Amino acid sequence: MIGSPFVQREQNSVRRTMIEVMIALIPGTLAHAWFFGPGILVSLLVCGFFALFFEGFALLMRGGAFGTMISDGSALVTAWLFALSVPPLAPWWLYAVGILFAILVAKHLYGGLGQNPFNPAMVGYAVLIVSFPNYMTQWPGPAHLVNHLPSLSEAFDLVFAGQGSVSVDAYTMASPLDTVKTLLRAGVAKRDILGNPVFGRLSGTGLEWVALMYLVGGLYLMARRLITWHVPVAFLAAVIVTSAVLQKIDPGHNMGPVFHLFTASAMLGAFFIATDPVSGCGTPRGKLIFAGLAGFLAIVIRSYGGYPDGVAFAVLIMNVAAPFIDAYTQPRVYGHAKGGKVGR
Amino acid sequence: MTQPIFSFPGGLHPADHKAESNTAAIVPAPLSARYRVPMRQHAGNPAKPLVLPGEHVLKGQAIGCLDGRISATVHAPTSGRVVGVESYPIPHPSGLTDRCVVIESDGRDEAVPASRLDWRNLAPEAVCEELEDMGLVGLGGAVFPSHIKLEPAAGIETLIINGAECEPWITCDDRLMRERAGEIMAGVEIARHLLGAREVLVGIEDNKPEAIAAMRAACAGTGAKVVVVPTKYPSGGAKQLIELLTGLEIPAGKLSTDIGIQVFNVATSYALWRAAELGEALVSRVVTVTGHVARPGNYEVRVGTPIEELLQLAGGELPGATGQLVGGPLMGFDLEDTRAPVTKGVNCIIVTSDALFPPRPRAMPCIRCGQCALACPVRLQPYEMYLYAKAKDLDKAKAYNLADCIECGCCSYVCPSHIPLVDYYRFAKSELLARGREQRAAETARERHEFRSFRLEREKQEKAERLGKKAGERLEAGAVAADDPEAARKKALLEAAIERAKKAKEAAPPPANTDHLSAAQQAEVDAIEARRAQAGTEQTVADKT
Amino acid sequence: MIMAILVMAGIGLMLGIVLGWAEVRFRVAEDPLVEKIDKILPQTQCGQCGFPGCRPYAEAIAKHEADINLCPPGGEHGVRQLADLLGVEFKPLGAGKEPKPKSVAVIDENTCIGCTLCIQACPVDAIIGASKQMHTIVANACTGCELCLAPCPVDCIHMEVIHESVGNWKWRYPVFPIHEEAKAA
Ligand code: SF4
Ligand code: SF4
Repeated sequence: MIGSPFVQREQNSVRRTMIEVMIALIPGTLAHAWFFGPGILVSLLVCGFFALFFEGFALLMRGGAFGTMISDGSALVTAWLFALSVPPLAPWWLYAVGILFAILVAKHLYGGLGQNPFNPAMVGYAVLIVSFPNYMTQWPGPAHLVNHLPSLSEAFDLVFAGQGSVSVDAYTMASPLDTVKTLLRAGVAKRDILGNPVFGRLSGTGLEWVALMYLVGGLYLMARRLITWHVPVAFLAAVIVTSAVLQKIDPGHNMGPVFHLFTASAMLGAFFIATDPVSGCGTPRGKLIFAGLAGFLAIVIRSYGGYPDGVAFAVLIMNVAAPFIDAYTQPRVYGHAKGGKVGR
Repeated sequence: MTQPIFSFPGGLHPADHKAESNTAAIVPAPLSARYRVPMRQHAGNPAKPLVLPGEHVLKGQAIGCLDGRISATVHAPTSGRVVGVESYPIPHPSGLTDRCVVIESDGRDEAVPASRLDWRNLAPEAVCEELEDMGLVGLGGAVFPSHIKLEPAAGIETLIINGAECEPWITCDDRLMRERAGEIMAGVEIARHLLGAREVLVGIEDNKPEAIAAMRAACAGTGAKVVVVPTKYPSGGAKQLIELLTGLEIPAGKLSTDIGIQVFNVATSYALWRAAELGEALVSRVVTVTGHVARPGNYEVRVGTPIEELLQLAGGELPGATGQLVGGPLMGFDLEDTRAPVTKGVNCIIVTSDALFPPRPRAMPCIRCGQCALACPVRLQPYEMYLYAKAKDLDKAKAYNLADCIECGCCSYVCPSHIPLVDYYRFAKSELLARGREQRAAETARERHEFRSFRLEREKQEKAERLGKKAGERLEAGAVAADDPEAARKKALLEAAIERAKKAKEAAPPPANTDHLSAAQQAEVDAIEARRAQAGTEQTVADKT
Repeated sequence: MIMAILVMAGIGLMLGIVLGWAEVRFRVAEDPLVEKIDKILPQTQCGQCGFPGCRPYAEAIAKHEADINLCPPGGEHGVRQLADLLGVEFKPLGAGKEPKPKSVAVIDENTCIGCTLCIQACPVDAIIGASKQMHTIVANACTGCELCLAPCPVDCIHMEVIHESVGNWKWRYPVFPIHEEAKAA
């Protein structure tokens, strides 16, 4: 017997929520395809396929309502976020391995939907960057800077048949973050590095537009009340503050706030990754702390860590702390004093 | 000077469905042939029946009296004959039966002589005592006995009159305010007088412009202020309305009176007016009948009227009806049996259909999206409480302030996973309540046991002392009695009594027609006896508590 | 090498002193164990555990003379609490210790001869009556221990199960179909 309430919000379901997230991801994805070629669409397709495959496999193994669970869209969102985090045009098996870890290990081994302590897409990304670092740096460059961006059919060839007709060097280019990292290591002065055509007005050329589109998608999510302002604001604020401070400390080596803000992964992290409710914090103050620390760590890892980007590791580290933060940031409940006006 | 309006967190804006039932005037229901009046219509202990089958009662005559402090009197809704005191379905989420007095109407509807209560000149305590016999309870749904709430308490500053009626579909208070604003305000004046409140605030949601206008007119010159609050569920919750009107919260574990506020519903104020000015006990109330019925509307119904008759009054259920809800769709409950009577707490009957109330989709796992926490008007983290209530880890659920949940249903309403969250809270809460009860029972049992041990010890000592004394005396007298003749006599008496009782028991049920039975008949009788004996051991003791 | 050993020993000594001091300084005055165990036991005083009342059983548990799963009225919840308190493994109630539904004793007042034997047996003084007067049981105080059944010379006491009523009804644990496909089929 199920009691009251006997009414529910209309047009409201897990599937609906996931669809909204996917809608919010469309502008960023299209911008990516516009600047870096249609390869992203192929990798998206491949990741989506593997995500549904592994999700279906896990659901069948675990029993339960297969139909509702497979169509909830959560696997597709994970796949989409993963696809946006890894370079397109990599061989298909790379995506398969990443998604395998994301869906099977990070999600279902921990109990499936709603139970994963770590962000599945970031787990998949982290596994790949640790295991296959060379593939993970082969980002296609912006159209006007590289010889030849693969077309859609060439992209299919690349993904499924290995490096077919187009050579890797023809389209890849070190990403802005990679460039900064490798060249600084090589002892090149920062001013010279910034002369590199891969940098645009704000951050990487092209990438800054992708970042802006993520921002648009994120604002859409906020308008739809699927995420609150806490995580994005705290994350981006921490990115700005941390990078500003680091730049002040060591202007010769550290990039400024604008650069960091408009790298695509920071925006994606602020609006789509750190906002993952399952592996993040739930209380308003908890969200601020969680996202603030994640933003701080992301910049610290970018600046001093061994890997070019730090968003994924920052989020994963904070995932560990999320339940702890939540436990200590419970909001003041009605009628309980503790810094609130209760009674006359 | 305008009254400031505050706000409360969370809340909902569900489709209000008020228009269905708020256009027509309140219709008085005709007399029923038979009323079943439950003894449990209020919070606290059920009333104790005062009448026996066969007795003739008049309308407004008390048929159940208070049992303990928190209890309320129950009255006959019309004149007629008491035909039974029996277990019968009552409108309750459990769907169980409870004790009802059944009255067969004699059609004359004779009332007990009523007299106006001179409440202005009597001492407030005396007025409360009189009101105790009027059976007033909170008609907004909480059914807490009003005479307790009206007891003069020190420092009541503000009297809040709840006309918010925030739940969808329900319009009985709306209609009452439109049609009987003057009487409501007269009742409010009585309450204000008894409580000595300085300020009276009438909170009404802004989706009831007619009611607001009527109440404004009635308030003119009385010093009471109508405060229009924005429409947001659950603004009609007592705690939320207090927060809206005064910006104050009731500290956890305290009552509103502790911060100088008392809240009455408009319908209760109206009943108070009837009780004090007309001397009429609470035997009827306005009930909204709406949803999938032919003529939705508001009906003034006697307590004890079968709900099925009420549905007929509203033109009957339309084809495709799937059931009935008592109360609103957010906090009400499913009615198990339409034969159940209307009680003082029934403010609305909604006939459901699949179109109006689509069945709740299958629950998915919680995705911790936090929508529930955003909707919760008391700032709880519903998903955490759900997690622990589901795992039956009640202590953990309690640590997340489960006790502060007002069961408003906002969280379940917004949950994209369609989890029946409130069901888990209600389960955990009633489980915790039962545990508390058991704990207290164990506590008393321990005390009683310890006292008994102490008593036995004391008796033993006293006896030893007495014997010592006696023995001394006897020794002095030199009389040595081998056997105590007194004890022997007692034993003989006891045995004789046992004998008598045994004989009496054997002869106890002397059925007149059991002599001269054939062997077959005897066997049958024996079998029946055996079965009866077995059934006897399974007999029920209803409600020990 | 010597240095290392000395440092380690020094650290150990210091920690030991701090801990020892804390032990004395911050000692928590707690209920003795028996009290805590007794608090968990349901106080029916029925003796079904084999001890003459709850307190003696609590003492026996505290002295490790009795198992924690001997109390039927406490049920599984009781055993679980005891296991938690004592830090031992939960075990199901012992054989023949299945809890019965909660009941109260009722005296058939027509048969009662007023012998006071049941009054003497009742561990919580829940029976009212006097010699050669009819006795009756205070249902609210009765723990359902059944100790009064045996002494009655005329067998006029029986147990009545407390059935669910509106007053003691509890909300159920929500259950709904897990296999929607199975249901549809
Ligand atoms: S609304 Fe439902 S799914 Fe979302 S956090 Fe609350 S319980 Fe979980
Ligand atoms: S039912 Fe309880 S937890 Fe849910 S929204 Fe209402 S008060 Fe909050």
